[in-house]
Amino acid sequence: MIKDPLNIVLVDDDEDDRTFFKEAIDEINMNTNLSMFTNGQEFIDYITIPDQNLPQVIFLDLNMPIKNGLECLTEIRKNDLLDKLSVAIYSTSCSDKDIEKTFVLGANVYINKPNSFKKLKSAIKEVLKINWQYHTSNLKRENFLLKI
Amino acid sequence: MKLQLKYDINVTFKSVLEEQLNKLAIPYKINGFGEVEFLQPVNMKKMEELTILLSTYGISIINDHKTQLVQKIKDTINGMINSNETITQNFSDYLAERLGYSYAYLSNLFSENTYSSIENFTIITKIDKAKELLTTESLTLTEVAFQLGYSSVAHLSRQFKKTTGITPTLFQKIIAQRKALTN
Repeated sequence: MIKDPLNIVLVDDDEDDRTFFKEAIDEINMNTNLSMFTNGQEFIDYITIPDQNLPQVIFLDLNMPIKNGLECLTEIRKNDLLDKLSVAIYSTSCSDKDIEKTFVLGANVYINKPNSFKKLKSAIKEVLKINWQYHTSNLKRENFLLKI
Repeated sequence: MKLQLKYDINVTFKSVLEEQLNKLAIPYKINGFGEVEFLQPVNMKKMEELTILLSTYGISIINDHKTQLVQKIKDTINGMINSNETITQNFSDYLAERLGYSYAYLSNLFSENTYSSIENFTIITKIDKAKELLTTESLTLTEVAFQLGYSSVAHLSRQFKKTTGITPTLFQKIIAQRKALTN
């Protein structure tokens, strides 16, 4: 069961953040497939192609040009096909108001962008592991909320 | 108009399973925890038919022994947490006794196959049940702590925060706001 790769998406306009994220994922000992996009619109265009191979989890930056994270989250949650996808908000904001708002709009995970590579790695690992339990076990996905 | 539904996944699963098994016209017994025993030999054609029938409902037949045992561990933990009886025996003894393997063996097998340990999975499952009780049954935190066998409300509260990163109160608030938003 563990052999199936986890499909992961990162949507972030910052090139450095994308690089760190990719390096962190590569160092985590899990079988993963990472796809990256630079803004929400690019991701939505990709994911709505018919018969697209859907990711299990998407990491979404909040502040992006063209289509920001909140708009993207709202579109994902409106689309029945993307229902099973877990959305992890990946942002520099740590205001309680922002966090609560993203959860209410349907986010499953909120990660405050960590300030060290080590912390980033452990945060991603934690999200992937818990998300995996929600995908493979009899847990209620509509109640999946996690803040790191 | 929108409806909020509450369902018991075990009852749903059992009904679907019975409905499909009856189509095969072979006597069977459901042993609980996702195990079916056929009382007569079943040929390949019937097995293929059943595989297709069940796949419509997202149910798949597990052939591999390890996968099967991991699933049994999960189902046993689930069964314990979802039954309304108070848990008196400790988890490790109960699992070993129930499944007929030493706890050390079960524990290793589980960790190798699930990105989690039995302890962690049990905590996640308990907190998941707590979330359900808090939102759909509208129980208070004290009632939830009692039902799930926590020694105190503070203990449940701490474990909830540690597992999810948010407090039970904030969790309730978010779910209530989500429901208000979709209605």
